[in-house]
Parts: sequence; structure tokens; C-alpha cells
Amino acid sequence: MRVSWSPDRQVNRRLAGRADARVPIGLVIPSVVGLGLLLLPLAGLVARVPWSRLGQILSSPAVLSALRLSLMTAAITTAVCVICGVPLAWLLARTELPGRSLLRGLVTVPLVLPPVIGGVALLVTFGRRGLLGEWLYDTFGISLPFTTTAVVMAQSFVAMPFLVVAVEGALRTADRRFEDVAATLGASGWTTFRRVTLPAVAPGVLAGAVLSWARALGEFGATITFAGTFPGTTRTMPPAAYAAINSGDVQTAIVLSLLMILISVTVLVALRDRWVRTG
Amino acid sequence: MLAAASLTESFEKLGEQLTAEYPGLEVVLSFGPSSGLVEQVLAGAPADVLATADTRTMDNAVAGGAVEGEWEVFARNTLTLAVPAGNPGEVTGLADLAKPELRVAICEPEVPCGAASERLLTAAGVTAAPDTLTTDVKEATSLVSLGEADAALIYRTDAAAEGDAVETIEVPEAEEVVNDYPVAILVHAPNPDGARVVVDAITGESGQAILADAGFLEP
Repeated sequence: MRVSWSPDRQVNRRLAGRADARVPIGLVIPSVVGLGLLLLPLAGLVARVPWSRLGQILSSPAVLSALRLSLMTAAITTAVCVICGVPLAWLLARTELPGRSLLRGLVTVPLVLPPVIGGVALLVTFGRRGLLGEWLYDTFGISLPFTTTAVVMAQSFVAMPFLVVAVEGALRTADRRFEDVAATLGASGWTTFRRVTLPAVAPGVLAGAVLSWARALGEFGATITFAGTFPGTTRTMPPAAYAAINSGDVQTAIVLSLLMILISVTVLVALRDRWVRTG
Repeated sequence: MLAAASLTESFEKLGEQLTAEYPGLEVVLSFGPSSGLVEQVLAGAPADVLATADTRTMDNAVAGGAVEGEWEVFARNTLTLAVPAGNPGEVTGLADLAKPELRVAICEPEVPCGAASERLLTAAGVTAAPDTLTTDVKEATSLVSLGEADAALIYRTDAAAEGDAVETIEVPEAEEVVNDYPVAILVHAPNPDGARVVVDAITGESGQAILADAGFLEP
């Protein structure tokens, strides 16, 4: 037998008041520890920023070329993710494809895969001696590793699942009756997708695009494994920071980290209103 | 124990020998670029022993106060020009590293193999056109053995460890560019007695035999 009990408003209010006054210590301590773990490293980074040399380091060719390359590749990656990921999400959400649930699982594998493993997979597939790469090289003379294209491929590999998951979720919760109406009014599948479905899930696409962009900007493991690292062509900001710390140039590593935090936070804050509304 | 990437095979073998010889001793090895290892030590990594691939990186550890100025050179190493089996890029010498159409991997200039590569290229009067700067010598070695790089400057010992997957090309100037490998017990070593045992083994007969086998030169 199920018993349901709904307190009257007064009791409810009293309970709320008490919860405010007495926050259980068992919840406070873990949250403070968690907050410390999340925020202290950022504070530590800011504390160690070499302010007097900041301008000099920021304008150094190493930092500037990494910044330019990161912004460019992350933007291209986001475009690739939207162009390929939205149709893919639609296929997964709206069609009765055989093996669809398996496919959905496979698409999200890069989400949990260590990126460096993704890089190894890309290298043995698209490398010059790779499964497809060998054919590409022998037939067209195309060699992908160590190119900016390889950076975009590595970033897309890790970032696209974020967009697919976000858009597929939006498609599933969107009201399909509008699509049905459009179809009964004679709209083609493509027109329905473009004029009805896409506007309905636009917030989801935006959210997914922001997530993929942020993921692409921070990509390290797959990039360094598949694309290598060379200033100007493949050394984006995370590998540049890694190279700096490995060379003992901690200051440049800190400045690069600060730069990445600033860029990410700026974009997230700028899109926050949309973000929260779609949330 | 923190050790330069090029010591991977030798020190793993030595570690196994030591644990067999001293049942109470546990040898935990971590390999990486020497300059990165020094950074880890200065940041407080709880290590007992540091072995780097050149004296410059060890000097930085001394300057940072992690080593009390007493280190011992236990091996020396030289570079070689490595190409994948079959030499698909038809590399014949150092001068080929300047060819833009060849895929060339060279170590990051700040890590010992990169610093040695720079000295070697300068000595040979070659301006290389690398396609990637690897974090350590093992990364460059992998790119060659996978066939993704047509040529790389790596240590003789790393090329030898790859067996048939890698061919080497004689570089006369390489004899002049020699890296000294120093080892030191760290100031804040949690286990200085164990560290002493390990360092004695490295500089002693058993360690020297393993290093000679791998192709390292005597100190």
C-alpha cells in the first residue's frame, strides 16, 4: 500500500526555514573540500602569474602562434561538428535505423575514451602507414599526420560526441507534432528539417556547439599523438603549455593557462543567458 | 626514481635485477624528458634518485636546490639518424633533414636529445625542417618505427632498442656531440639508503654491463 502525505503550506514553510538555518555539517565539509579542489588550482595559477613579464610573454611568437592556431582550429572543429553532428543526431533520434542503439553507444565512445587513445587510433587509421592513410598517401599523396588538418580531425574526434548528445536530447524532447503538421501540409523531409525541426532545436545545437568548441580548445592527448606538435602548424595552446613546462619554462605555461581560462570563461559567460534558458 | 626516457630499457632491466637481489627493495621507475623530470623534482615529486640525459638539466636541479651538487656521470650517449625499415624517404645523411618534403621528427630543443640535435645540426651546417618537435626521444623513436616520420635524430641506444623496425644512417659528426648522463640522490629523498643502493648499482659492474649492452658509452 502506498501512503502519500502532503504537508500543508504552513508546515512546508516552516521546514524550509529550518533547512536554511541548519545546514548539515556532513554536507558542508565535503562541499568545501570539493570547492577547494576545483577552485584552489585556478587561484594558485593566478597567484603565480608573472604580471611584470605578462606583456612580454603574451606577445612572444610562441604564445601568439599557439593562440591563433587554437582559436582557428577550434572554430573549424565546431563547424565540422555542427555540419556532421546535427544530421547524425537527427538520424539517431528520428529514424528507425537498424542497430541504432548500438550506433548511439559507439558514437559516444570518444566521450569516455582517453584522448591519447583516440590519437593512437587516428594515427594507425589515418597515418601514412595506417589502414586508410596508406591508401590516401599512395593514391593522392595525402599525408595527414603533422598537419593542421590532423589537429582538426583530432579535435573533432573528441568534440563531436558532445554535440551529437546535446542535439539528440533536444530532438527527443522537441514536440514532433509540428513536424507531422508540416509533412501533412506537403513539406518535403528536407524542408521540414530546415524550417521546422532545426529552429525548434536551435538552443540545443547552440549548447552542443559551445560544448564542442570548449572541448576542442582544450584538446591535448589526441592532438599531440596524431598531429604532433610544431609551432604554427600543430602546436595549439595545450601542447604549447605542456612543451613549456617540460622545458622548464613555467612562466610561459602559466600565461598560456591563464589565457585559456580567460577565453573559456568569457565565452561561457557571454552565452550564459542562452545557456541557462536552454539548460 | 626519475630517469631520462632514453634509459627506459636499461633501467627497467636493472630495476628487475635489483629487486631480485634485494628482496626488501622496491624500485619504482618513472621515465620522461629530463627537463620535465627536473621540473617535477623542483615541484616536490617524492623521488629518491634522478638520472638525466645531460648535465645541463642536472645543473638546473642543483641550482633549484634539489641536488647537493654531487652527481656522477654513469654513461655517455651519441645521436644517430634513424629511418623506418626500408628507408622510404631515401635519406642518405643529415643534409636530407632540410628537405621540406620529408617528414622529420626532432626532439624539443629544451630536452637533452633536442639540445644535442641542435649542436649536431650546427656542427654539420644543416638547417633542419622538422615537422614535429617531440616531447622526448622515445616519442621520436615511435614515429620512426611506425613509419610516420621519414627520419629522426634519436640516440643510438634508442635506435638499437627498436631492432629491425628502425635503420640507422652513419653521421660522422655525431661522434663529436656526446651527452653525459649524470645520476644523483635527491636532497629530499624519502629513502636515501635505498637510493644509495640503486646509484651504486648504476655506477657499479651490473649497471655498467646493462648500459654497455644497450649501446651506451662508458663514462
